[in-house]
Amino acid sequence: MASAKSRYWIALILVVVCVPLFVKSNYVLSILIVIGLYAIIVQGLGLLMGYAGQVSFGQAAFYGLGAYTAAILATKCDWPPVLCVLVAPFLPALVALIIGRPILRLREHYLVLATLGFGILAFAAFNESIALTGGPSGLTGIPYLSIGPLVLDNDRSYYYVVWGVLGLVILAVANLTCSPIGRAFKAIHASEQAAQSAGIDTALLKLQAFVFSAFLAGLAGGLYAFWVTFVGPSPFGFTASIEFVLMAVVGGLGTLWGPVLGSAIIVGLAEFLRWGVPILLPKVGGEFEIVFFGIIFVLIMLLRPQGILAPGRPSGMSGVAVKEEKCSG
Amino acid sequence: MGAEGQHIQYLISGITLGSIYALIALALVVTFNITGIFNLAIGEFVTIGTLSAVTLRSAGCPDVPAFVLAVLIAGVIAATMERAAIYPARKASILTLIIITIGVAIALRGAALLIWGTHPYPLPPFVDTAPIALWGAVIIPQMLFVLGLAVVAVMLLFAFFDLTYAGKAVRAAMINRNAARLVGINPARLSLLAFVFSGMLAALAGIFIAPITTATYDMGFMLGLKGFVAAILGGVTNVKGAIVGGLLLGIIEAFAIGMLSSGMKDGIAMMVMIIVLLICPTGIMGLRIYNKRTGSWMVWLRQKVGTGSR
Amino acid sequence: MLRVNGLTKQFGGLTALCGVGFVAQPGQILALIGPNGAGKTTVFNLITGVLQADQGEILLANKRIDGLRTFEVAALGISRTFQHLELFTTLSVAENVMVGAWPRNRASFLRCLFRRPGMMKKDQELYNKALGLLAQVGLKGKADWPAKSLTFGQQRLLEIARALAGEPQVLLLDEPAAGLNHAESADLAAFLRSLAERGLTLILVEHDMDTVMGVADQIVVLNFGTVIAGGSPSEVQQDPEVIAAYLGKEDDEVC
Repeated sequence: MASAKSRYWIALILVVVCVPLFVKSNYVLSILIVIGLYAIIVQGLGLLMGYAGQVSFGQAAFYGLGAYTAAILATKCDWPPVLCVLVAPFLPALVALIIGRPILRLREHYLVLATLGFGILAFAAFNESIALTGGPSGLTGIPYLSIGPLVLDNDRSYYYVVWGVLGLVILAVANLTCSPIGRAFKAIHASEQAAQSAGIDTALLKLQAFVFSAFLAGLAGGLYAFWVTFVGPSPFGFTASIEFVLMAVVGGLGTLWGPVLGSAIIVGLAEFLRWGVPILLPKVGGEFEIVFFGIIFVLIMLLRPQGILAPGRPSGMSGVAVKEEKCSG
Repeated sequence: MGAEGQHIQYLISGITLGSIYALIALALVVTFNITGIFNLAIGEFVTIGTLSAVTLRSAGCPDVPAFVLAVLIAGVIAATMERAAIYPARKASILTLIIITIGVAIALRGAALLIWGTHPYPLPPFVDTAPIALWGAVIIPQMLFVLGLAVVAVMLLFAFFDLTYAGKAVRAAMINRNAARLVGINPARLSLLAFVFSGMLAALAGIFIAPITTATYDMGFMLGLKGFVAAILGGVTNVKGAIVGGLLLGIIEAFAIGMLSSGMKDGIAMMVMIIVLLICPTGIMGLRIYNKRTGSWMVWLRQKVGTGSR
Repeated sequence: MLRVNGLTKQFGGLTALCGVGFVAQPGQILALIGPNGAGKTTVFNLITGVLQADQGEILLANKRIDGLRTFEVAALGISRTFQHLELFTTLSVAENVMVGAWPRNRASFLRCLFRRPGMMKKDQELYNKALGLLAQVGLKGKADWPAKSLTFGQQRLLEIARALAGEPQVLLLDEPAAGLNHAESADLAAFLRSLAERGLTLILVEHDMDTVMGVADQIVVLNFGTVIAGGSPSEVQQDPEVIAAYLGKEDDEVC
């Protein structure tokens, strides 16, 4: 690797590692953990959208499947937490493998609706399967994540876990995009017909991207379960799925750091609105700050639809620019 | 009520609900065929129209003017949406436009929450007569209004398309945008009209069903989604499909709720949608465009009018 | 050896191809010619699995390949170029060729995720092989340039280099000389001849009669979806039906 790039990575790692040394507030740390978890999910979604040219408005379902699997394995089967986190992502990946082929045959609006519908069905299943998931009350009594004698029961240590995993995920995605498979995806993006004529099984590649995105979402789910030590259906509704898409798009599809940036912006925005709007309009209760959320969505799409880190004009299949990452060989 | 009476009851409530789904699906299909966009915010216009009507009535406005005003309000908001959020993005990708409509839906929903809060508002039935007994089932008069609305709306729409010059122009644009532009039909104005029409139709549908289901700030979301399912079930490429899809969905739902459980209420529609999308996304009456070679369903999107230059 | 028998394809009410058949031998160049709309690109699309024939069969080395998907056909050793260039415009020149080598160098999703050490070496070898192919078409100097920065003629050559990267037995070329000037066409003809001499089976769709007559061993003439003549260049040139077709006399052969 060129030394400039290594220095860049080292600097970033230093920043991430040092943050908890300066930040004492648990509130901020927990926000950072949420950003980290979402960034893991959005890395997968970004790959699916930016490289494989698909879209999924159902990632929250895979997030939830991962969380519930980890929780059930820990509470009902008494598996050690680390094993649960490692095994949990395989269930959503399996589900994605099964529904992937038929669903990915759909295009555009139909794909949006199918994935949205899948997400809604999964959410309903979480709510209704009371025996398995505890229904709306969820599953409690999940133990803390422990590695040997080290018990990770506070936000500071969990921050390292989540961001450590995120770092590995980013590394893996970077590997992928600068590899022959990454080239194949870019080829499909440029001309699917020519890619097929070159012998690339485009449907399989798209399926693999879909399964991978589900795996990552499930991984984040497992990590979530052992952080909050409680899993209920509410974080896994369609609103979350829509937010994930927004994070991917805002950060910039096809970029390595776009998902982190997008997650940070959306989560930060939500917190800011939750704090700020009651000050402006003190009399109103409820979650009306979503009005501003919606307006901001629209404005971003009108003014910079390709996202922040992606360059120039949108292009390509999904119409959103894929920043072609420069790979130094 | 005997078993047969129960089935008739399911059928009746199925047709009632189905008529609403059909109307919303109609709004969606017309917009889609003219602009190539699925308006994911359609449910919110149901909410806005209904709640505006409620507020106007409680402010003292008599029924009919209140309803007309409410529908007009919905139309104005739809026009604003089109001009402010859709038209500027007309050259953007499908995904961008979908996200925009979602953004508008969220904003409208938040506004509804802001204005009307979370509690349900009742709307009294249009006429205060006793329920009618028919073949062992019970018909609430409001149901007849709903059915009547659907019938009248469809008839008027067909009359518009078949008998008026403007209607024929719209049909032409729905079939071939470029040729329509060459003969002077303005796609931007059509797009605006499509959104206004669909917003008003959705509002009307909400007003008519509210006496049966009551009005809340989030009534629109599920209704809108089911309208989508109905549109897909029937096939988004034509108007008849919307009606067939809506009625069919309503009946399936009613029977499922009655014979299985009411917890299935929303899940059934989702399952129907997924089944249709996986097996035959072009719907019952849609154009069959399955490309066996590539194994993909083409969305009949390429010839759409768009809102200008797509 | 590529054999096509009784190929028929209809689009709705329109019969694009009716009973088309021919045999392309290794080491030979077969040219498919005919007026516009005769169905030539459709033949290519059927061979490569982009479309499925309604009737007829396609055999590669006496094994049926009609019904296979496009990438499966490519894996069996049939490569093609396109009438309207289908380059990977976002990739570099060398990367285009490297992607073309996919049938012999399939990558695995998981392996790429973990970047096994052998992978980088393999990629370097692939790059070197790509340079070799580019040298054959005279583009080696532009290897790391973006593909869209090449001239039109160079882009056509790049597509051929990409098609060759998969080490195909059969090469389908859809109007490779379109847009080339006289000198470029002559160079291309010489290059195609050299490919044939290496043992490849070449099938050419072309409008440029000079190129065709100069380079083809065998010519098949299509008109309105049927084969109206076939044989050596001199035979075809003197065929009265061919002359009639090119001079515009109406043929009302209906299938």
